[in-house]
Amino acid sequence: MLPDFINPTLVAHLVLIFIIFQILVLSAAFMVWMERKVCAYIQDRPGPNRVGPAGLLQPFADVIKLLMKEDLKPRAADTFVFWLAPIISTATAFAAFSVVPFGSETTLFGLLNEPLRLEVTDVNVAVLVVFAIASMGIYGVVLAGWSSNSKYSLLGGLRSAAQMISYELSYGLALAAVVMLAGSLSLREIVTNQSGYWWYVIPKWYVFLQPVGFLIFMTAGVAETNRAPFDFPEAEQELVAGYHTEYSSMAFAMFFLAEYINMVTVSAVATSLYLGGWFGPLLPEWLGWMWFLAKVLFLLFFYVWMRWTLPRYRYDQLMEFGWKWLLPVAVLNLIATAALVIWLG
Amino acid sequence: MDVVAFYIFAAIAILASLGVVGQRNPMHSVMLLIVSFGALAGLYVLLDAPFTAVTQIIIYAGAIMVLFLFVVMLLNAHTEDDIPKTVLGPRAIRIGVLLSLLLGLEVAYALSKLGITSFTTDSGTIAKISSVAQIGVQLFTTHAFAFEVTSILILVSMVGAVVIAGRKH
Repeated sequence: MLPDFINPTLVAHLVLIFIIFQILVLSAAFMVWMERKVCAYIQDRPGPNRVGPAGLLQPFADVIKLLMKEDLKPRAADTFVFWLAPIISTATAFAAFSVVPFGSETTLFGLLNEPLRLEVTDVNVAVLVVFAIASMGIYGVVLAGWSSNSKYSLLGGLRSAAQMISYELSYGLALAAVVMLAGSLSLREIVTNQSGYWWYVIPKWYVFLQPVGFLIFMTAGVAETNRAPFDFPEAEQELVAGYHTEYSSMAFAMFFLAEYINMVTVSAVATSLYLGGWFGPLLPEWLGWMWFLAKVLFLLFFYVWMRWTLPRYRYDQLMEFGWKWLLPVAVLNLIATAALVIWLG
Repeated sequence: MDVVAFYIFAAIAILASLGVVGQRNPMHSVMLLIVSFGALAGLYVLLDAPFTAVTQIIIYAGAIMVLFLFVVMLLNAHTEDDIPKTVLGPRAIRIGVLLSLLLGLEVAYALSKLGITSFTTDSGTIAKISSVAQIGVQLFTTHAFAFEVTSILILVSMVGAVVIAGRKH
């Protein structure tokens, strides 16, 4: 056993935080690999296959390459903001995951006195915390676009701000519908509300109660993470690389990292809100994190699949879709949910 | 612990707010305002109001300040160096000083009415409004009038914005 002066719960928490941090970084590397592999298969070519088995070490080779590159900064750039922007992007991407629960409690086979919850922290307004941190993440992109002092970057940053404001509304309204059903803002409570089955077959996931809300959430999530088919902030053909045109080396890698971690977070939040989190058939509850992982991986695969299947929309189409279709549908969904919650108790 | 955190957040909020006024670059002003709002959110957390803290971040630091940044970026106002320092004229400055003095007196009066005790009493006396259901009930019963008045105010500004924007067509 551990000596007395070490608080095992505290140590377990610190270890957990460290592990989550590492998993997020590794998941970004894995996502880069998966993106390139899936893209390659969709385009009928083998993809990266030289570095490591099946090209699995390719992302690490890429990171080393990026680290070795020279840090460039445009002469007229606002130095402080220029270096601050990638830090904001990455820090918010990591922070957003801190309230996502990915499993039930564990005592690590009796090693700990109190059960340890599998998440960094349980906040009673977790849903809003994710939302708030995501809205802070926009600044990384916007400030990068502004501070570079380049027209492509500025246009990329402006587009990103407009896009994220437009889709945040639908995103928030979809969240509100789930909060109404669960009667709680805590992600852990929302997940535990989804345990059990209807008629022993259909799991009580909110996706079955909120199919429209789920679609709205995922669509808005794609727009929020600036992924294709909504990747306007970095539309290559029009804006070179958008807000990160002027970035190189590790600063560029940080934007890259943030984008992939944001995808993981949106998928994890969607899993918690709509797909029953760590609940699933067959596996015992202490292995619930495997279900969580499987669901998140499925959503991530879906993201990649979508990127290499759908062409990019036009910018005005994106705005029209966001304001004239997605938002009204989200409002109707919210009103319908509220009516049903009152009617059925 | 709470007191230390309070002074840290309060210092950040005040310094950032001073910075907002003192900056020549409007972009830096906006960024410092975001920092100030973030520190305010920290103070709300200390007051056992996590919901208010998070909405402060979402609404003010998130949505509204992004719009501010948007406008500053679109106008591409670089610095205030080009603008002559006496652009407002002495009369405007005099009115400004008068107004800020009035505000200061008002704040001082309100604080003296509150008394010192309300700062030292623990959060037990303050109603812990952390659950969303409680906030909803409070909003639609006790504060129903203020809530409705605010919504009318927002509606008026929305109509105004549409009218101003639509005038060109």
